[in-house]
Amino acid sequence: MSPKTIFEKIWNDHVVEEEEGKPSLLYIDLHLIHEVTTPQAFEGLRLAERKVRRPDLTFATMDHNVPTKDRFNITDPIAKKQIDVLYENCKEFNITLAGLESKDQGIVHIIGPELGLTLPGKTIVCGDSHTSTHGAFGALAFGIGTSEVEHVLATQCLQQEKPKTLEININGDLPIGTSAKDLILSIISKYGTNFGGGYVIEYTGETIRNMTMEERMTVCNMSIEAGARAGLIAPDETTFAYIEGRRYTPKGEELTNAIAKWRQLATDPGATYDKTITIQANEVVPQVTWGTSPGMGTNIMQSVPNPDDFATKTEKEAASRALDYMGLTAGTLMQDIPIDKVFIGSCTNGRIEDLRDVAKVVKGYSVAPLVNALIVPGSQSVKEQAEREGLDKIFLEAGFEWRESGCSMCLGMNSDVLAPKERCASTSNRNFEGRMGRNSRTHLLSPAMAAAAAIQGHFTDVREWKFK
Amino acid sequence: MEPFKKLTSVVTPLNRPNIDTDAIIPTEFLKRIERTGFGQFLFYEWRFDEQEKQKPDFVLNKPVYEGSNILLTGSNFGCGSSREHAPWALSDYGFKVIIASAFADIFFNNCFKNGILPIKLPEDIVQQLFQKINEHESFQITVDLEKQTISDSQGFQVIFDVDPYRKECLLKGLDDIGITLEKEEKIKQYEGSYIVI
Repeated sequence: MSPKTIFEKIWNDHVVEEEEGKPSLLYIDLHLIHEVTTPQAFEGLRLAERKVRRPDLTFATMDHNVPTKDRFNITDPIAKKQIDVLYENCKEFNITLAGLESKDQGIVHIIGPELGLTLPGKTIVCGDSHTSTHGAFGALAFGIGTSEVEHVLATQCLQQEKPKTLEININGDLPIGTSAKDLILSIISKYGTNFGGGYVIEYTGETIRNMTMEERMTVCNMSIEAGARAGLIAPDETTFAYIEGRRYTPKGEELTNAIAKWRQLATDPGATYDKTITIQANEVVPQVTWGTSPGMGTNIMQSVPNPDDFATKTEKEAASRALDYMGLTAGTLMQDIPIDKVFIGSCTNGRIEDLRDVAKVVKGYSVAPLVNALIVPGSQSVKEQAEREGLDKIFLEAGFEWRESGCSMCLGMNSDVLAPKERCASTSNRNFEGRMGRNSRTHLLSPAMAAAAAIQGHFTDVREWKFK
Repeated sequence: MEPFKKLTSVVTPLNRPNIDTDAIIPTEFLKRIERTGFGQFLFYEWRFDEQEKQKPDFVLNKPVYEGSNILLTGSNFGCGSSREHAPWALSDYGFKVIIASAFADIFFNNCFKNGILPIKLPEDIVQQLFQKINEHESFQITVDLEKQTISDSQGFQVIFDVDPYRKECLLKGLDDIGITLEKEEKIKQYEGSYIVI
């Protein structure tokens, strides 16, 4: 047999039907759903008198529009309706739901792995582009639209064109003070937001091998910001250790057998990719974005770029427009940019290790006087764990707000939004115009960098931080 | 789904790269549980000021582009969130064809599910079209899906690529779910042979 990539192995394992000139019909092992992208899909099922084919392979939670304080009192009637409709749909179609009252509730891409639903070799879809996160486990996971959500609900299958494969091979140690977030931001800043278009990315190399599962999730999460629908990392001992003992993972002999099978998933020696790029991790410097696309980034040593320095007319115009929107002047040192708000959370950086990074930086310090800083744990389980470790006390003492779990300010769908022209240092994944509310200004960075910015009131190089 | 065959329309130029789905439809409008009525929110923050008044400078607000069914735009259109509200908003507003040199993958898929034809053309041809609009703001083209051509009345013509299966679905307005459900036996067979861990 010819050598295969992990992507090809998972793909081949899930093809229900393949016909020349048509998309493949792919079987879906896990369908995660949430309140925002499903109401129209359930309505479609009802109108066509169709059922959910595999409620047992479907799992629901509510995360996008839930309040992060006083969470049972949803004052926006349209948001409340969307939440209520998910409760009703899950009941009607017999789908397990981690609702607001559940200890399992959280951002869908955080609870999937926590509960052991996310496993190697699975095909996983969700009506959310950051489904790429689950690829960290060696699952083929990608975001879909609502029509496709309805398709999966009805058939447990998806019509898919086979994507191409892109290997990002990363070697060397990430320097102290830099993180998985800095790595992925620097890749996107270097190669742009569409270099992964049409591809599934596989991240390989010793840097990835040395990462924890949470770091791998941060990297895979932002594959979509590189234009790729999915990011994959072959499962290894780190993966198996993370998986063991979680609620929905196989137990005992079943687990032993599963692990034996999962070991076969890794890309075979000699398998080829459609494209490969290589990255040196030891060259990574803490990143901060300056513009309105995740690719508009630089490092903390640099200054705001001059639009004239870009190569093409389109790029010059885009940069100029972005600076205007962001209220920045070319040549300003990134370290000199003052901030109004700090948001720590999201499916990119709302896990326990992220919060530990933040706590290390802010311990013994206070949030700068004019800064409002918010920490939103990615799930109820992350919240509980942080509280067990006493991190919440460190945050509260430093002057941070400590909230309930949800997507929050990352997409500004609940009441956690910026006022117009407010500037936010954010651990989330998108700095688009209006992302955190109308005329909001978002800068993406790592949890440690966001924490340091909260204390200083402006961006600062966390590599020089004096830890207390 | 409404079939798509052929249309002639003025082309609305929106020459910016990397237009994301948050710009196409801001998050605040995603709380609705309906599939219809999103056109009023299309490019909301670009079309309207804080007082909800139309911004006259924004291209969609120019009278010449009222009722246009074709959007010509920059590379990587539809990047970001998977929200299908973006094609719902575009379609409800009236756009049935979107032309760009590259699209984000999820958005591209979502278009076909909603009777919108996204057309990828080489960047130089996209720029040529922008140039034609510069010279004549009510520049019109005809998009013919059957023949896979874009043409104007002055003899300009290009052929575009489209996946044959997607072409057929659009031309006939076919329902994907109906097609897959006809494969029930194969799905059952698959489920019998494969164990999800």
